[in-house]
Amino acid sequence: MKIKLMSVSAVAFKKGIFIAVLAGFLGACASSDQKDDSAFDSDADDATAVATGIDDSAPIETIDEPAMDLDTVFYFDFDQSTLSASTRAGLDAQAAALRGNDSDIRIEGHADERGSREYNLALGERRAKSVADYLAIQGISRSRIEVVSYGEERPISLRSDESAYSQNRRVELK
Amino acid sequence: MIKAGITCVQISGIFLLLMLAVMARADLTIEVTRGVDNPTKIAVVPFRRSGSLALEDMAAIVTADLNRSGQFDVLSRDAMYSSPSHANQVHYRDWRALGVEYLLIGSSDGTEQSTHLQFELFDVYRQKSLLKGTYADRSHAERAIAHKVSDAVYKKLTGIEGAFSTRMLYVSVVRLANKQQTHRLMIADADGARAREVLKSSEPILSPAWSPDGKQIAYVSFETTRPAIYSQVLATGVREQLTNYRGLNSAPAWSPDGKRMAMVLSKDGNPEIYIMELASRQLHRVTHHSAIDTEPSWMPDGKSLVFTSDRGGKPQIYQVAVARASSAPGDAAAGPVKRLTFKGNYNARASLLADGKSMVMIHRDQTGYHIAWQELKTGRLIILTHSSLDESPSIAPNGSMLLYATKYKGRGTLAAVSLDGGIKFRLPSPSSDVREPAWSPAM
Repeated sequence: MKIKLMSVSAVAFKKGIFIAVLAGFLGACASSDQKDDSAFDSDADDATAVATGIDDSAPIETIDEPAMDLDTVFYFDFDQSTLSASTRAGLDAQAAALRGNDSDIRIEGHADERGSREYNLALGERRAKSVADYLAIQGISRSRIEVVSYGEERPISLRSDESAYSQNRRVELK
Repeated sequence: MIKAGITCVQISGIFLLLMLAVMARADLTIEVTRGVDNPTKIAVVPFRRSGSLALEDMAAIVTADLNRSGQFDVLSRDAMYSSPSHANQVHYRDWRALGVEYLLIGSSDGTEQSTHLQFELFDVYRQKSLLKGTYADRSHAERAIAHKVSDAVYKKLTGIEGAFSTRMLYVSVVRLANKQQTHRLMIADADGARAREVLKSSEPILSPAWSPDGKQIAYVSFETTRPAIYSQVLATGVREQLTNYRGLNSAPAWSPDGKRMAMVLSKDGNPEIYIMELASRQLHRVTHHSAIDTEPSWMPDGKSLVFTSDRGGKPQIYQVAVARASSAPGDAAAGPVKRLTFKGNYNARASLLADGKSMVMIHRDQTGYHIAWQELKTGRLIILTHSSLDESPSIAPNGSMLLYATKYKGRGTLAAVSLDGGIKFRLPSPSSDVREPAWSPAM
């Protein structure tokens, strides 16, 4: 699902952040996301604009999807949020495609069913953020990235075994 | 009480799927899987029925309540020699011959205006009346009245407040053919009956919680495609979105005085515990750590929170004192963070018992995830459940039992266990996955 942001001034603001974030990453710093987040959080109207910008009736595929032929689902080990070599390779390809356009990207984190639901919600966010951090290091502006965790609430497989769990521990790019 | 017409509300142009409260397609049904070794033998005679309305079988509801507690063995009706409904019809010798220790009789009257029940409890061996009472309510209130009788009998015979008149929230999920899911937040009596829908959404709903007065609920809903915390007045269905921050908005927990809500927000980078003053919406941050901090739960005195954190590498339970309510911005932590759990490498989702001396939580051992009880002072830990995917423990207001979620035959199922582990029952739901039970306060 795509999220359309917002007013002209907000777009200008996004570009400013984009440059700031790029500059930050030239110094190999991975913590500029806090600045980015708080810039949006500080304005309640922005939050509302983001929420209302999601419209099921809007055409979703108007933007040329860079992800069409690329991996969009990446898997994780139990209770881990580290990126495997194959995940990093897949994300490199995603980043290359994203650099060629200006579409926004939604990163959804998921966990398997074991353990508590709220902890799994946090774990899904940690996984999605490690993907977001990697894309940001590859030069994708954080203002284009939204991170949402579903925890264990949206499993791919409903079974309770190791192969189901490994399918469900994932991050999806949308 | 839920009224029939829960109204639809629209917030900021977001389309909400709040539906009219409707009866669920199927109530949960009870299966007692384990009880105490020497349950008290009691007979509950079918209550005499009169009046213009055909009443539900209230003695059957009381029977089910007492059986479900695991502490009673209720005599089968087929074994009864007589059906007394008045003290002068009771022949103690007959009941003693059946091995019955206590006897409950009653007579009921139902009209379009009201429901009445008169009941009396006898000690069969001492041949005397122990308790006598009358309950009256509006018409069609048989279940409410029967649960009150169960509460009265339970208290008389065990010395503990009954919890039969309480209710529970839970989440029910149906997966549709196209892999979409329908999520419902449900409210039901503690026995699973009278299940009604509180919220319906195509997006996940989780972490239902009660206000201490039992009049409001809070939950996390993804209906905007992101998690947000909502509160909702049960009687009217009117609800408010309490948070809409970037990132996680989750794990709402009302303070014991009902004025504050602990919650988890990741707006500052990663999941941290916050306290919101509900009147002013002022937020106070409690934790400051790059690890996951989540699942806040209040100590009964409201002076500290316990929470789950993986700051030590794996999830464990921690405690932190919090400052008194304040309308000024600022930090709410009033002391250092202290670790409470040391056994096992996964302890999560703690909640305190009413005396604040022990807690229940999810504990992992080599056989899976179980519900465990831990005494705070000594660290003594007892595992209460033995299936492998147990979660979401929620304690009854009388502290006798807890509800939890488990998987049974591949399906999400609610179950209950007594705090001593001796009594267990399951509430299977025939049509959906059910999870996240939240036991109401005393009503």
